[in-house]
Amino acid sequence: MLDDFMVRATLAGLGVVLAAAPLGCFVVWRRMAFFGAATAHAAVLGVALSLALSMSVFVGVLAVSLLMAVTVSLLSDRGYAMDTLLGVMAHSSLAFGLVAVSFLSDVRIDLMAYLFGDILAVGRTDLAIIWGGSLLVLGLTLWRWQALLLTTVNADLAYAEGMDPSRERLILTLALAIVVAVAIKVVGVLLIAALLIIPAATARPFSRTPERMAMAAAGLGALAVLGGMWGSWQWDTPTGPTIVCVSATLFAVLAGLARSLPGRHGAV
Amino acid sequence: MALPQTPLIQADGLNLRINDNPILQDITLSLSAGEIVTVVGPNGSGKSTLLRALIGAMTPTSGRITRAAGLRLGYVPQRLHIDPTLPLSVRRFLNLPRRHARRAIDEALEQAGIPGRADSPLTALSGGQFQRALMARALIDAPNLLMLDEASQGLDQAGTADFYRQLEHIRDRLGCGILLVSHDLHVVMRAADRVICLNHHICCQGRPEAVSAAPEYRALFGTDDETALALFRHNPHHHPHDAHTEPDHAG
Repeated sequence: MLDDFMVRATLAGLGVVLAAAPLGCFVVWRRMAFFGAATAHAAVLGVALSLALSMSVFVGVLAVSLLMAVTVSLLSDRGYAMDTLLGVMAHSSLAFGLVAVSFLSDVRIDLMAYLFGDILAVGRTDLAIIWGGSLLVLGLTLWRWQALLLTTVNADLAYAEGMDPSRERLILTLALAIVVAVAIKVVGVLLIAALLIIPAATARPFSRTPERMAMAAAGLGALAVLGGMWGSWQWDTPTGPTIVCVSATLFAVLAGLARSLPGRHGAV
Repeated sequence: MALPQTPLIQADGLNLRINDNPILQDITLSLSAGEIVTVVGPNGSGKSTLLRALIGAMTPTSGRITRAAGLRLGYVPQRLHIDPTLPLSVRRFLNLPRRHARRAIDEALEQAGIPGRADSPLTALSGGQFQRALMARALIDAPNLLMLDEASQGLDQAGTADFYRQLEHIRDRLGCGILLVSHDLHVVMRAADRVICLNHHICCQGRPEAVSAAPEYRALFGTDDETALALFRHNPHHHPHDAHTEPDHAG
């Protein structure tokens, strides 16, 4: 039933979900949802730069996302309000990115492909980059898990254990930039944050520990990828947005279910 | 008599400025095993900053902090907000960052006075229970230095008295040093072996009785603390009136 490009697309989606699920949990716990979205918006500028300099889109996006994330972290230490700062950075880099792309008249590019992803066009190289990046992020997250978690609970408790919370925050920022860079082909710039946040939020009421929440988020993310692939095949809809629609539907249904179950303490 | 021993933690000439405001000025202090030291001072006098500098969360502008080799630090923060999106049971919290056996956790919770709550979400605990969970986590690795920031806040009067009694038990059981910060003068005076009166710099320090009589202390807190002194005097068991610096725990 599945043609070869469908297999590649499915594998690409599952690859992104594998890293996005545990990372998305940290994004939710640390209230960084807007941070994820802002990093993703900045990626459009990265796309424009990579096309202008004819280098790998992955590298360009990674560089700009990192630059954006580090700038925001540095400026927020100087007393700017984080959400204001992110609003300024995210939308101006998106605007500059769109304007920059319009100058590249000799390169025919389909901007829609970067805004909403083009998962069906994933090639073997893309697949290798996606899985390479995802496994790297997953490995990083698992390796630093306890330190990241304690830093999230309370930075002072982490200091008292001799850890360096600012280093852990940097690792999260780095991981976020990598996920954005690898996911751009799958769901596109505008929907990356959905893949980070929605599965984690859906998993929350059914999880007693952080680990279970991360695993449940991964399962729900995979379900959304499979359901979205099937749905877009069935109804001929754009695949990236369909994946997000399935994810959102799962959230709505399960959140309703959680409310009707007694004895759940979860809140999102 | 107290024998001279290597201090667990020592600060030499500590200065800390935030935005050009001197928060800590020339702080020199040390703390040894078996000692309960309380830092008192008005709000905004730099108490919490001092504690955070000692645990390494703030970098002093100048001065030096020396920790004894192999120091195991237990820290109880002033307040801890657990985001409701983070599912964290008491057991999982006590397993951060090191995992412990089920038995060890059950025992730690029992000693902290919240037996059988290992599987409760942290967010479901009352203020007092939450404080006990924080304490259980700080104690589970048998620290040789325990630091508490306003740890009795949120407890009622009976709870607070109970809390300070518990501190003495912990000190006796683990032989650890305890450094706590408080503005609750009344109870502080009962439990401490030594009081450090802080108002950005150390105004005075010494045994509770001596400090509450010191003019620097009275200038900060007024003479309103007769009740505190009375409370202290009514508890001669832990604070014999002789000149010994080591409290009597034989009985």
